[in-house]
Amino acid sequence: MRVARVALPTTVDEAVVALRDAPGAQLLAGGTDFCVEVNFGLRRPPAVVALRRVRELRRHAVTPETVVIGAGTTYADMGDPGLSSALPALAAAARTVGSPQVRNAGTLGGNVATASPAGDTLPLLAALDARVVLRGPSGERTASLGEVVTGVKTTSIGPDEVVVEVVVDRRPGPQQFVKVGTRNAMVIAIASAAVVVDVEAHEVRVALGSVAPVPVRATAAEVHIADAIDWRAAGGPRASEGALARFGELVAGAASPITDHRSTAEYRRLAVGVIARRALERCVARAA
Amino acid sequence: MPPEEPLTGSAGPADTPAYERVEPYELVVNGTRMTVEDAWLGESLLFVLRERLGLPGAKNACEQGECGSCSVLLDDVVVCACLVLGVDAVGSRVETVEGLTASGEVADIQAALVEAGGVQCGFCTPGFVVALHDLLRRAPSADDMTVREALSGNLCRCTGYGRILEAVRAVQWQRGAGVSTGEGPGDGA
Ligand SMILES: Cc1cc2nc3c(=O)[nH]c(=O)nc-3n(C[C@H](O)[C@H](O)[C@H](O)COP(=O)(O)OP(=O)(O)OC[C@H]3O[C@@H](n4cnc5c(N)ncnc54)[C@H](O)[C@@H]3O)c2cc1C
Repeated sequence: MRVARVALPTTVDEAVVALRDAPGAQLLAGGTDFCVEVNFGLRRPPAVVALRRVRELRRHAVTPETVVIGAGTTYADMGDPGLSSALPALAAAARTVGSPQVRNAGTLGGNVATASPAGDTLPLLAALDARVVLRGPSGERTASLGEVVTGVKTTSIGPDEVVVEVVVDRRPGPQQFVKVGTRNAMVIAIASAAVVVDVEAHEVRVALGSVAPVPVRATAAEVHIADAIDWRAAGGPRASEGALARFGELVAGAASPITDHRSTAEYRRLAVGVIARRALERCVARAA
Repeated sequence: MPPEEPLTGSAGPADTPAYERVEPYELVVNGTRMTVEDAWLGESLLFVLRERLGLPGAKNACEQGECGSCSVLLDDVVVCACLVLGVDAVGSRVETVEGLTASGEVADIQAALVEAGGVQCGFCTPGFVVALHDLLRRAPSADDMTVREALSGNLCRCTGYGRILEAVRAVQWQRGAGVSTGEGPGDGA
């Protein structure tokens, strides 16, 4: 019988040291993915470094240029007035996650590190070209979301690294997150889309969830619609019916979905075009 | 579902001898300091409460955070005890339905659930009581949509929820917390 190491650090540096000192130690944040795996015998941690007490991970900072969100920010925290007014689509995505109990525990860092294709914070982070800040024994590094989330439940996060925070540039204009599932509560996305409209740069950013191994940008749809929108129309930006329909098609074309126990590839492709268009229409209505 | 391994029975100490034990640790549950001895690292707070500390109020059903029957308060926040590692509750305040019942804080919620027929098989009831207690102290006059959202993490397979919602309105009425819609118990629905 051996005694397992359990570390309950209160700073990121302590967490990094604890992770280095206990071979095989695994980080535990809200436990909403971790503990399910333990309960079902799919994960058997030899040692644990629990992050719940690390206050600095739970901070966020909103400046005119950027939003910095600590990895320990829970879904419930994402509804905070300051954070949700800077990133309304993140707050919207957070509110669709699980249940109140899950939202009280589950964190942004855990969502990134789990790297599920259905991770609900990931489409917005992809749309905003988020940067992920990681800290390990040799210091801090910053990587793009795409460099961190490399495949279905696979990441480039080192076994000795802690995700500290996620940084995004602010975009002036509306943003939306839309998710389809079998019901409203407690549902993993069948397809999801985040749309960000930048009314100053005249740019549209679209990223999709649950329709590819990792969150994907619908680049062709972005270019098409930015060009098709009449940005200077009286009463706010406008897009024609034809342009919107084409946008939906191009979004669907960016998806490479699979058929699994939740849905079929055909439905996912169809649905993601519809919801991305709907998200865009809501953005345009709000930009007016 | 796990492909091969049989369920270890609520993530308790596995039969495998190689399972990692943790040093004895202390939890503060319902205001009382309790020692957990001889525990396996992977034991959930739910398992620890039920099997080691003799507090079976939080129910064990899905073990994946879907059903809410193990709802407890951890530092005043409602969570699923099955998704908290027992050792990670060290230094936090854990409140279970037993504590809320002994203090009488939830007596009116319990009575209203019984009165309205919101309890049938009763397995989900402790989780609902904890979730409702959490909601009504934060938002005494929560409207119907807010109540439904707050209860969306608690599954009940017997009542169809109508009677549970009725019980919530009754508690709000009794506590004199004018519901935002101005409805009394039995109205609307
Ligand atoms: C009932 C239920 C419903 C759910 N619904 C949804 C949903 O609708 N949408 C959705 O996206 N997800 C959902 N999830 C999944 C889960 O809640 C999220 O992925 C959550 O963000 C995980 O965060 P956590 O803090 O709980 O991570 P944990 O479970 O603690 O950890 C998950 C993984 O991330 C690692 N990790 C955690 N923090 C860090 C860090 N700072 N640095 C490096 N690695 C880290 C851990 O080592 C572990 O491998 C649901 C889960 C449950 C149980």
